[in-house]
Amino acid sequence: MPVPSVATAETAPRVSAHLEGGCLHVVLGGRWRITAPRPAWADALRGTEDAGNPPPARVELKFAGDLLGWDSALVLFVGEALRWCRGHDAYCDLSALPGPLRRLADQLTGAADPADAPPPEPAENFLAHVGHAAMDMWQKAGEITAFVCECALGAARVVLAPRKFRWRDCFDEMQQCGAMALPIVGLISFLTGVTLAYTGAIVLRQYGGDIYLADLIGLAMVREMGAVMAAVVLAGRTGAAFAATLGNMKAGEEIDALTTFGIRPVDFLVLPRVVALGVMMPLLALYADAMGVIGGMAVSYGLLNISVTAYWHEMMMTVTQRSINIGLIKATAFGLIVGLSGCLRGLEADRSAAGVGRAATSAVVTALLLLVIADAFFAVAFNALGW
Amino acid sequence: MTGATANVPVIAVAGLECRYGANVVLRDVTFSVRRGEIFFVIGGSGCGKSTLLRNLIGLHPPAAGRVEFFGESFADAGEARRRELLRTFGVLYQGGALWSSLTLNENVALPLAEYTALTAAERDELVALKLAQVGLSGYGDHYPAELSGGMRKRAGLARALALDPAVVFFDEPSAGLDPLTSRKLDDLIREIRDTLGTTCVVVSHELASIFAIADRVLMLDKSAKGVVAAGDPRELARGGNAQAREFLLRGENQP
Repeated sequence: MPVPSVATAETAPRVSAHLEGGCLHVVLGGRWRITAPRPAWADALRGTEDAGNPPPARVELKFAGDLLGWDSALVLFVGEALRWCRGHDAYCDLSALPGPLRRLADQLTGAADPADAPPPEPAENFLAHVGHAAMDMWQKAGEITAFVCECALGAARVVLAPRKFRWRDCFDEMQQCGAMALPIVGLISFLTGVTLAYTGAIVLRQYGGDIYLADLIGLAMVREMGAVMAAVVLAGRTGAAFAATLGNMKAGEEIDALTTFGIRPVDFLVLPRVVALGVMMPLLALYADAMGVIGGMAVSYGLLNISVTAYWHEMMMTVTQRSINIGLIKATAFGLIVGLSGCLRGLEADRSAAGVGRAATSAVVTALLLLVIADAFFAVAFNALGW
Repeated sequence: MTGATANVPVIAVAGLECRYGANVVLRDVTFSVRRGEIFFVIGGSGCGKSTLLRNLIGLHPPAAGRVEFFGESFADAGEARRRELLRTFGVLYQGGALWSSLTLNENVALPLAEYTALTAAERDELVALKLAQVGLSGYGDHYPAELSGGMRKRAGLARALALDPAVVFFDEPSAGLDPLTSRKLDDLIREIRDTLGTTCVVVSHELASIFAIADRVLMLDKSAKGVVAAGDPRELARGGNAQAREFLLRGENQP
């Protein structure tokens, strides 16, 4: 019972099948290309099944004289045939096909049921997932605590033996995270001052209290925005760089090399960086305070015609040494937070390029999250102290 | 590391089991390494060679069993003793693992500064000697990124030798090297053993190196999750263990 060929064009892949005494003869012709559409095994079967015959017990595949060429497309077709035969208890006779095609088809069906690959992890239900996530979080909290304690111990060791501290690395990092960050910190703080001035002016002008803009900007910059802006810039600039550097060192086994020499990675890599940030951050915050005040001054002068001297005198009445101290305390804490998060994420990075990228991202996110939490904590604490 | 310890094997491993989480990589690994021998850990990719190395050098705690250096185990040692045990061996990591922010001189000098009371001048002299030993005289002021892969490995070896360790571990020393450079590194390993009496433990699957310098080999296998054969490579190549024979013969017939 001949089946009409599937394709009409001269070179299109063709399958014709006819049933003869329980044996399905399948003849393959045309040019089989993986980039062109090909007939499916179901197409070969269709004619025979329609006639209501019993399924064949034997399938024979062979090439027609006009088979112009074949590639993986034909392998897929033969694979379908093999699977169909396995499912229907039919014997599939491929002996008429060329050897390479037979081998490829065997590999294809063999690939479908890998023998020695490890079994996939069973999918967890919702409760197990929540449980694992909770345990994971608990473990992470433990790791962060252990890391901070290790750093504190390291700091104690530095105090006891200051000669062993990596001063040179520390100074290099200071230059990197301090001096090199001046332009960006300056620009952002100046613009923060400008923004504060415009926002404050909306309300203060209604009451004719233009001059109090100086107090608003001065206090906001010194107590809050200077430290926060410097810390945000350094979290993105330096924290991410720490994570990427340490993550890359881990991938290159440099951290292992330190460990096997009995040198603590925390002492060697983390402390110089954290100390550098802890020292530079208050300085940057002071600089940010100044730039913010200048920004506010510029707007006040240009927009509200407040003279620079009047502005300065007004500001100095509210901004006290204590306000500046509060900003500096915060900045130091923020510097430690940014440094520690960057180093922690770098040290626990996966040993791969993607791992280093994730470490850098995660360092910034961790730093910003902890910054906001710490800032809120300081707000409450200073309020309680009456500062 | 003198006479008193002469009869104790340099490294003794008994019933070692390595695992990552629930995945057992190696189980019941037992062997010992004698003083002054070049000992290869061989086997196909993924058989746990590098895992075994990480366990040996204490970077990964064994799930079960013991690893002893000169009869002492990391697990039992206190912090101070642990640091002393760490000094008995050096490691040449796969990519050299030189500290990228330091020059070669500083890389080699760092362990010396950490562990010795040498003056700066003595240290410089020793660093120059170590670099000369591995054929890198004059490269002391270069940073690792400025060197080729083979030079980085040799510099890593100079650093591993800095404290004159009794044992040096080599992690895939020929990985990523051309045959000639790899051959030179083999010669260097043998020379170090011959001149300093250093015990060398080499993790490798490079057949040319195995037949060139190995005194004994330990063969691991992925499906056996452990040791399948141990002994002289030439005997194993002729011997009764089919797996070891197949692995080793593929190389001996090569030109």
